[in-house]
Amino acid sequence: MGRHRFLESVAVADCAVEIEGDDLDDLFATAARVLAEVMVDPATIRMSVERSVELTASSLDLLLYDWLSELIYMKDSEQLVFPVTEVRVSDGSASRLTARLAGGAIDRATTELRADPKAVTFHQFVLEPCPGGWRARVVIDI
Amino acid sequence: MKTVPVADCVWEIPPSEKPGMLVPARIYASEALLARMDEGVFEQVTNVACLPGIVRASLCMPDGHWGYGFPIGGVAAFRADTGVISPGGIGFDINCGMRVLRTSLTEAEVRPKLTALVDALFAAVPSGVGSKGFVHLSGDEFGEVMREGARWCVRRGFGWPEDLDATEGGGCLPGADPAQVSQRAVTRGRDQLGTLGSGNHYLEIQVVRPDGIHDPRVARVFGIEQPGQILVMLHCGSRGFGHQIGTDYLRTFDQVMRGYGIVVRDRELACAPFRSPEGQAYFAAMLAAANSAFANRQLITHRVREVMGRVFGRDPRDLGLGVIYDVCHNTAKLEHHPVDGEPLELVVHRKGATRAFGPGAPDVPAAYREVGQPVIIGGSMETGSALLVGTAHAMVETFGSTAHGAGRTMSRARAKRQVWGETLIKEMGERGIVVRAASKSGVAEEAGFAYKDLGEVVDVVHRLDISRRVVSLTPIGNIKG
Repeated sequence: MGRHRFLESVAVADCAVEIEGDDLDDLFATAARVLAEVMVDPATIRMSVERSVELTASSLDLLLYDWLSELIYMKDSEQLVFPVTEVRVSDGSASRLTARLAGGAIDRATTELRADPKAVTFHQFVLEPCPGGWRARVVIDI
Repeated sequence: MKTVPVADCVWEIPPSEKPGMLVPARIYASEALLARMDEGVFEQVTNVACLPGIVRASLCMPDGHWGYGFPIGGVAAFRADTGVISPGGIGFDINCGMRVLRTSLTEAEVRPKLTALVDALFAAVPSGVGSKGFVHLSGDEFGEVMREGARWCVRRGFGWPEDLDATEGGGCLPGADPAQVSQRAVTRGRDQLGTLGSGNHYLEIQVVRPDGIHDPRVARVFGIEQPGQILVMLHCGSRGFGHQIGTDYLRTFDQVMRGYGIVVRDRELACAPFRSPEGQAYFAAMLAAANSAFANRQLITHRVREVMGRVFGRDPRDLGLGVIYDVCHNTAKLEHHPVDGEPLELVVHRKGATRAFGPGAPDVPAAYREVGQPVIIGGSMETGSALLVGTAHAMVETFGSTAHGAGRTMSRARAKRQVWGETLIKEMGERGIVVRAASKSGVAEEAGFAYKDLGEVVDVVHRLDISRRVVSLTPIGNIKG
């Protein structure tokens, strides 16, 4: 089960977070959950939409950048938030992700809104192995 | 890092402080403001000083704080012929900016209808996560918005022709090219025109403070006659459209800059030579986003006029709802400034910094040419905002730039631990400020104590003569995302 902590002294106007996962799959799923929690109270999303996502990037860290950017994109283009994801990450000649997403539409009458992420930044952006798994640091522009 | 005072409220970090610095870093601040700047400001302003083609100095305004890439409050100019352009020097919210409308109403006239007015504005101007605007455009029409900006709105009846005269660049920056914009950016942003967003974006009903007219002559030129006069201020940008363009090109520059032999100290400073194919493509896409932001603020202006006309039962023209000015604080623009006595074409990046052109400068509207360009500095939702005017000294000192806000000093999470959003809304109500917000936690994040003292920021830019104090404003109604 992944863990996270917000880094309050970093980029105070934005949202800096350190995420750890037991493995890459866990880290990517945890990052998606944290991002959803930054946007809304997930308990107020009616879980009624399922999606599949496939992404390829030239490196693992760019794959994480693309993954979180994709979730932000769906928030704006379709008003969808996905608190629960099941992710498979593989790293070979290219880094690949396949994911199943569960979530729902933002309902302005019932969803408790939080912040509106604009983008994932490259400021202090890190994805690296750590004892017991993988760790990432991400600063999200709010 | 060695920070040396070089003049009143001017501090320099010499190039010897960090390998690769091509110019000094210069921070404009009082001693107290400097002491409250977080460590990221010093790292970031010196990182920017290492970018190819930078001229004179890497600057940070008195509201500076730790951002990503550039510090917030960062200004840097790069030679157009040999320098770079960097999305991290503009921000994802391309052409985030301020617009202020005057009215002929007084606080005494508005107070009895204030709650109804704020409620109606909150209903008419969507805000918060997942909001959609009231215009629905085809791909071709959105292409017109990219090219024409606020002009498109006026052409379609969402504004008055004179609004354009009171907008930076006439509300339409030339050179925007929809072909350089991804379909994802279009899909993401097309339905968001006319929306506020969230974070520190707002729409406010403000009143000129009793002692708030500091320069009556310039205030009169701006159409501000007396204390108690009501103004309407809005702060927002290019929404998801600009955010996606920033995302797309940051990714591109991250991949191509090594091919140009560029190494940066923060990956968010990913950049490309301005004259390279990638640099030109980003510039054209960035201008498209800038134009969409002008259109966004113009559409919100249209909604404000509709609502105020309805609430007060009068024609918006009769209410005097003209635009005083609309100014960007997240852009890169091609400008000419003298460097070492030589006029140079420069790509001036302003990230959380307001253009502050002085009297007679190009692009200052005819109505303001004698006094200088209006400058809008937005404060926190509790404490108020300020109107200033650009100066001739800003043109030589800061490439015609000044501060853009109060400057944040506290993380959003810490602010939320200190106050509940609902409590703050209630307390502000007791102080006569009606607040409506899409996100209650978002209100807590924007509490006044999370920001520097706006008065001190304004005092510093006034003392430095990079803009001059004209009018101080207090909020009485606030709509937030």
